[in-house]
Amino acid sequence: MAKKKNENAVIVSRGFSIFNSFFCVLVFLIVAYPLYYVLIASFSDPMMVSAGKVVFWPEGFTLKGYEMVLEENDLWIGYRNTIFYTVFGTLINIAVTFPAAYAVSRRDFMPRRVVMLLFVFTMFFSGGLIPTYILMRSLKLINTIWVFLLPFSLNVYNFIIVRSFFETGIPEELHDAAQLDGCGDFRYFMTIAMPLSRAIVAVIGLYYAVAHWNDYFTGLLYARDLCYKPLQLVLREILLVAQSSSQTGGTGSGYAILYVISMKYSIIIVSTIPLMIIYPFLQKYFEKGVMLGAIKG
Amino acid sequence: MITLPRRLLDNIRRHWQLYLMALPGFAIILLFNYVPMYGIQIAFRKYAFSTGFSGGQWVGWKYFEKFFHSYQFSSLIRNTLSVSLTTIIFSFPVPIVLAILFNKIRNKRRQKLMQTVVYLPHFISTVVLVSIMTMMMSSNSGIIGQWAMQLGYTSVLMGDPKLFVPIYVLSDIWQHAGWNSIIYIAALSSIDNSIYESCYIDGASTWQIVRYIDLPCLVPTMMVLLILTMGSVLGVGFEKVYLMQNSLNLSVSEIISTYVYKIGLQSNQYSYSAAISLFNNIINFFMVFLMNLIARKCAGISIW
Repeated sequence: MAKKKNENAVIVSRGFSIFNSFFCVLVFLIVAYPLYYVLIASFSDPMMVSAGKVVFWPEGFTLKGYEMVLEENDLWIGYRNTIFYTVFGTLINIAVTFPAAYAVSRRDFMPRRVVMLLFVFTMFFSGGLIPTYILMRSLKLINTIWVFLLPFSLNVYNFIIVRSFFETGIPEELHDAAQLDGCGDFRYFMTIAMPLSRAIVAVIGLYYAVAHWNDYFTGLLYARDLCYKPLQLVLREILLVAQSSSQTGGTGSGYAILYVISMKYSIIIVSTIPLMIIYPFLQKYFEKGVMLGAIKG
Repeated sequence: MITLPRRLLDNIRRHWQLYLMALPGFAIILLFNYVPMYGIQIAFRKYAFSTGFSGGQWVGWKYFEKFFHSYQFSSLIRNTLSVSLTTIIFSFPVPIVLAILFNKIRNKRRQKLMQTVVYLPHFISTVVLVSIMTMMMSSNSGIIGQWAMQLGYTSVLMGDPKLFVPIYVLSDIWQHAGWNSIIYIAALSSIDNSIYESCYIDGASTWQIVRYIDLPCLVPTMMVLLILTMGSVLGVGFEKVYLMQNSLNLSVSEIISTYVYKIGLQSNQYSYSAAISLFNNIINFFMVFLMNLIARKCAGISIW
């Protein structure tokens, strides 16, 4: 008990402690305020937002912005697409990354060094945009769902994290014992290695899922029709159109144009909320993931 | 020499399950990373859709010369470097400062809360980030724009060429500094508390502890991260710059990667675009190589 208390004691001088508290409050405000502002502006009367009266809490509470978002059919199509890409994309990511990382972590796997080298090289050198685009076109992947799911389904950085975990996080004796009992690599991987690495599956799954959710680039390059467009692309298009119509006068009354402000703030909230909801639950895994990534590849 | 393939064959026969497990990942990397590398040759050829990667007529360095002599060349290089170098110089130290100060928070609950908050922006998409910036900096819809107007600032903040790089860098720090501090916090938490205690008993000030204990402990991590960052000196992320571009700031916001996109996919000059991106790629590659060499010579640290 006494030892634990000792471990937690951080020794700093009084003056420093005061300075540090001040600094932390400042950092807290700088990081949190823009997000908070988006939230309160989305619930505020756009006249108030426009006049700069919204500072601490919503002024002239309204849900009109959110009502307008509900009418944006394109957004919901994008939403549906992105949920699909995120769920299935992440499943494919895990199905590709984990077995490969397991194989490369095994000493019995002779080409492990060569495979590792080939993978790591791609972190520093790539074919570039145009050859990749031409490849996608020859594979007829453009404007299909597959371009969001298959290409780059193995991220080398994540792969290294998983491999490091398999090398260091699971005792080698376990594998020896399983092998003596006649357990092959498939079975060992499915029944022992994967269940033991639930935390790392959560971390890597989160990284992949966030990447899918936030992906704009793939959509920009390869999605032509609305039925394939991901959320981020649709979001950008809606915001740009809303912007130009509010600048040029657009159609409708001045008041309707004003409500575009509410709509834009609301649409940002609506498209970000799923991540914000999952975030606190997975936060405890983050450090674990980064720590494992820090182990030299 | 003949024994090597035999040994490999034996290995495959004995551990075929491992080979099967590695196969999907290996195939994905080969197809989507290495086939495009084979396709780089279109930078030296007159590419035509019908002839594929290797069918076009060989033109040698033509497209490279075209790029070096084009009037955009110097402005592209200048814009790319100014965005990336400013980002590195100003973004790099922030996570270190955050980590050292967070590490000194006595109340563990408060420490966790701070970490939770500063990691959050990392998960926001670039599209959303740029939208938030645009909204907040517009004088008719956001508080920053309104402050600027009250201070007598009349032009559109997001369109001002002078403000493009500062806005880019500050928002980058806002979004990623917290997340990037994780790795430093982890390094600091590995310092044995008895070291701090003996410093305290010997009467070291907090500043001395930071200077002589904390910072030296972070140097290896800093070096590795610096090497990796230097590799992207010409590879500034396409997305954010592209999304922040508008007709008003194009003179400073056109960087190599956005230019490659426009030349290649909007005006369909495939070979020319491929040549520019190859040039960019090679410089990045050598930057990593060079930084790694310097770090190894100076500090005995290397990423490979």
